[in-house]
Amino acid sequence: MSIFEYNGSAVVAMVGKNCFAIASDRRLGVQLQTIATDFQRISKIHDHLFIGLSGLATDVQTLYQRLVFRHKLYQLREERDMKPETFASLVSAILYEKRFGPYLCQPVIAGLGDDNKPFICTMDSIGAKELAKDFVVSGTASESLYGACEAMFKPDMEAEELFETISQALLSSVDRDCLSGWGGHVYVVTPDEIKEKILKGRMD
Amino acid sequence: MSQSAVDVPPKGGFSFDLCKRNDMLTQKGLKAPSFLKTGTTIVGLIFKDGVILGADTRATEGPIVADKNCEKIHYMAPNIYCCGAGTAADTEAVTDMVSSQLRLHRYQTSRDSRVITALTLLKKHLFSYQGHVSAALVLGGVDITGPHLHTIYPHGSTDTLPFATMGSGSLAAMSVFEAKYKEGLTRDEGIKLVAEAICSGIFNDLGSGSNVDICVITKGNKEYLRNYMEPNPRTYVSSKGYSFTKKTEVLLTKITPLLERVEITEVGEAMEE
Repeated sequence: MSIFEYNGSAVVAMVGKNCFAIASDRRLGVQLQTIATDFQRISKIHDHLFIGLSGLATDVQTLYQRLVFRHKLYQLREERDMKPETFASLVSAILYEKRFGPYLCQPVIAGLGDDNKPFICTMDSIGAKELAKDFVVSGTASESLYGACEAMFKPDMEAEELFETISQALLSSVDRDCLSGWGGHVYVVTPDEIKEKILKGRMD
Repeated sequence: MSQSAVDVPPKGGFSFDLCKRNDMLTQKGLKAPSFLKTGTTIVGLIFKDGVILGADTRATEGPIVADKNCEKIHYMAPNIYCCGAGTAADTEAVTDMVSSQLRLHRYQTSRDSRVITALTLLKKHLFSYQGHVSAALVLGGVDITGPHLHTIYPHGSTDTLPFATMGSGSLAAMSVFEAKYKEGLTRDEGIKLVAEAICSGIFNDLGSGSNVDICVITKGNKEYLRNYMEPNPRTYVSSKGYSFTKKTEVLLTKITPLLERVEITEVGEAMEE
């Protein structure tokens, strides 16, 4: 069994028109036993920047704490929030530093940059950045997520339609993966508001 | 004095403090994750006025295509570019690092960078990690001494060649070069040959795919032709798209309105003379 299949996870982010959506499943397991059904995988770095981490849960929490620390230092020094591209480079550097003994997680970063232009990217566990213009996926359900997103994605969707698309893609993919599921957690971010929704999914 | 519990930003280089824990997990039977590889076909050739580099754009994670349009031709200096194959994080990190070192060197010497400088910096780094930094590179550029093309292997050995291919599609591309390369090619002939070699890799090698990127470097000028050819467009695109009859059931909604982004610029007082 792979290390990523120890806890199970599914994270996806999609780009819309001047908005983005990031979604994750809610299960935390120890191999085949479910321990929690409300695990927080997506965290806010600042109002327009979110990071979702899939993989080993202990590294998810440790890495999140390290990144929040570095961002707070940046805010103190620069007196402003980090741009999403800068943050992605920071995460990549932190992960590559541990090239030969890596953090066992794969981040998905989503943010609104200047001019409210949405930015998404994902990385493998040693920091190889993958920028995309449409969607990025990560986690044990990633293969199903690739297929579902490829079929359901349309460019330039508004926030409502984007929410529906990402939720359907997430729920249908985690239904095909034993290790992730038990509902979904979706954040849709536009320049004016953050909408956080919890989805009802199959509880198996 | 006890070690600080705070994670102070490190001075650089690799950190090995999670190795012991990862080894313990591997011994307990949990396999380590696979890294993003660029299966790849990368090529370079020297033509009459300079160097042409070419690459495909597929990035794979095991058997899955993770990125259908990634960039494998990395910037090193205004007159030097480098294609990378192998582990994606390694090629990106090593080319970024040497690119920064070259820029500092240019500031110190007030001269344009030479291709052999980049070559020596790369091979020293790769050799010192004994092949564990898995980056196979095709380095090309035009400097004051003329056009140069080199290949660098993950263990640190290098070759200087008139035409070169690397990556899983290297055999497919090399067959095209061996058949059709000649000295003194013109720019258009060179681009056509490089595109043909990359296409040969894209269609015959499973680790390479998607589009062709080309970079032409001549004395004092460079042209980065991103997605020069797109021989694999998406077929069967449905104009209707998906329509969901049954909406997702939402248990809880929380809306946080965001304040408008306000930029405060303080007008400072001018310094007294």
